[in-house]
Amino acid sequence: MNFADLAKVPGPASEWVLREELEETGLERGFVLEVMRDRLRVMREAIERGLQSDAPSVAGMVGWNAKTLWEAEDPLRAPLLKRVQAYAMAVNEENARMGKIVAAPTAGSAGTVPGALFGVADHLGLPDERLVMPLVLAGGVAKIISRQVYIAGASGGCQNEIGSSAAMAAAAVTELLGGSPEASVHAAALALQNTLGLVCDPVGGYVEVPCVMRNGFFSVHAVSAAQQALAGVRSFIPPDEVVLAMAKIGRLLPPELKETGRGGLACTPTARRTVARLGGTPPDCDDPPDGG
Amino acid sequence: MGLLDMIGPVMIGPSSSHTAGAARIAWLARKIFAAEPERAEFGLHGSFAETGEGHGTKKALLAGVLALAPDDPRIKEAERLAEEAGLAYAFREVELGDVHPNTVRIVLENAEERAVIYGSSLGGGVVKIWRIDHFEAHVTGAAPTLLVKHVDTPGVIARVARVLADDEVNIAYLTSSRDKKGGEALMSIEMDRPLAEIPLAYLNHLPYVLWARAIPPLPEAKPG
Ligand code: SF4
Repeated sequence: MNFADLAKVPGPASEWVLREELEETGLERGFVLEVMRDRLRVMREAIERGLQSDAPSVAGMVGWNAKTLWEAEDPLRAPLLKRVQAYAMAVNEENARMGKIVAAPTAGSAGTVPGALFGVADHLGLPDERLVMPLVLAGGVAKIISRQVYIAGASGGCQNEIGSSAAMAAAAVTELLGGSPEASVHAAALALQNTLGLVCDPVGGYVEVPCVMRNGFFSVHAVSAAQQALAGVRSFIPPDEVVLAMAKIGRLLPPELKETGRGGLACTPTARRTVARLGGTPPDCDDPPDGG
Repeated sequence: MGLLDMIGPVMIGPSSSHTAGAARIAWLARKIFAAEPERAEFGLHGSFAETGEGHGTKKALLAGVLALAPDDPRIKEAERLAEEAGLAYAFREVELGDVHPNTVRIVLENAEERAVIYGSSLGGGVVKIWRIDHFEAHVTGAAPTLLVKHVDTPGVIARVARVLADDEVNIAYLTSSRDKKGGEALMSIEMDRPLAEIPLAYLNHLPYVLWARAIPPLPEAKPG
């Protein structure tokens, strides 16, 4: 199935993703759903631990941001916004301090889907059980994308990781809120096309900066895409073509901006000093590490 | 790649290749060694060495050798657990030549045995053990695998295949490597399901089989 097929199915898109999966793998329906429930539990626990902890991460660059945001005053009076980003950051800070998480689709992008799904569900008071099928749909979106690109920052930049997670989350939230398969698919396409070109330049190659806050930002991005799609906004470029564009951009990106830790933020003087402090080999960059 | 790979695996962060992959390689190495090691030495190659402490690679390797599952939250306490278990360990940077950038050479030892195991983390948590001592090997943890170390004499592969066939075990992948003609050889057989205990014991009984070991697939997070 591609996005065009999925947009046309009658009834919940997740149901068709599940059927296709059962056919391909021979797994039992009950088993797959039980695994999904288990993954939701692991996500929920990661959010809870992450919101309470301010212990620094392994490389020490993050670890307190989710809790800081969560416990702060909210001058914007935008509780959904705060909840979604704090949840997403909580998961990735857990990841960065060697906590237990669900790669969705990768560890670096593990916060986006739970941030958006649990953030919206808690905001509206929906029980976790309602998230099982939307999570299946999120997985289905990732499967469609992964037929065109290898989902890793090293392969096509961060658009492949965070872009995919945002598309997954957007489709899932859309279905959770009663959107049609067509709306879900367009939510994914809108989210994806607005992450195109995002580079993977993590400091030291560690999954901390910019990854943790980036999950916060793009879980909000996913919710925005769902809001647009639910309102009837559609992607002008058909969803499958957006994925092809992403694959092309991924090939055009230079290796420095694909998880090598040799470009972008990873090449800043502060990044190089941080790597040296941790016993790693700082990257060769054009300018000297101390800016002069 | 299926749904459960897209929403999963459940793992200990931060990195599927540098943490989860490292934990998996070491977990498989411990199964291959099939005994309690007293000493472990890890030779870190390429990006496993270059990225320093920020990925928890060393903790993950140590945890795997201690037989902790790749999603065990105690991975971050691996140093303490190693001390409690009385495992002596060391990390070194090594240059292994033209191999995958995320590669580790694990040497496990106790009073009776010593094994040198090479594994690479290929991305997304996918791993491969590709060398055991001086034999090429193939262990990925994706399916039950049988390792058979034997004397290189005619008909061994056919004989082993026959034992598997009699147990109705389908072979998905088989590779064999020997040091020299008539010397020793190692067979790696990936199977659709594990070999039962009795045929395994039978293989271990054959005069030209030095040992046969069943390597289980990597533990996946079971529901519930
Ligand atoms: S910047 Fe790179 S490592 Fe970080 S989340 Fe994006 S793709 Fe993953």
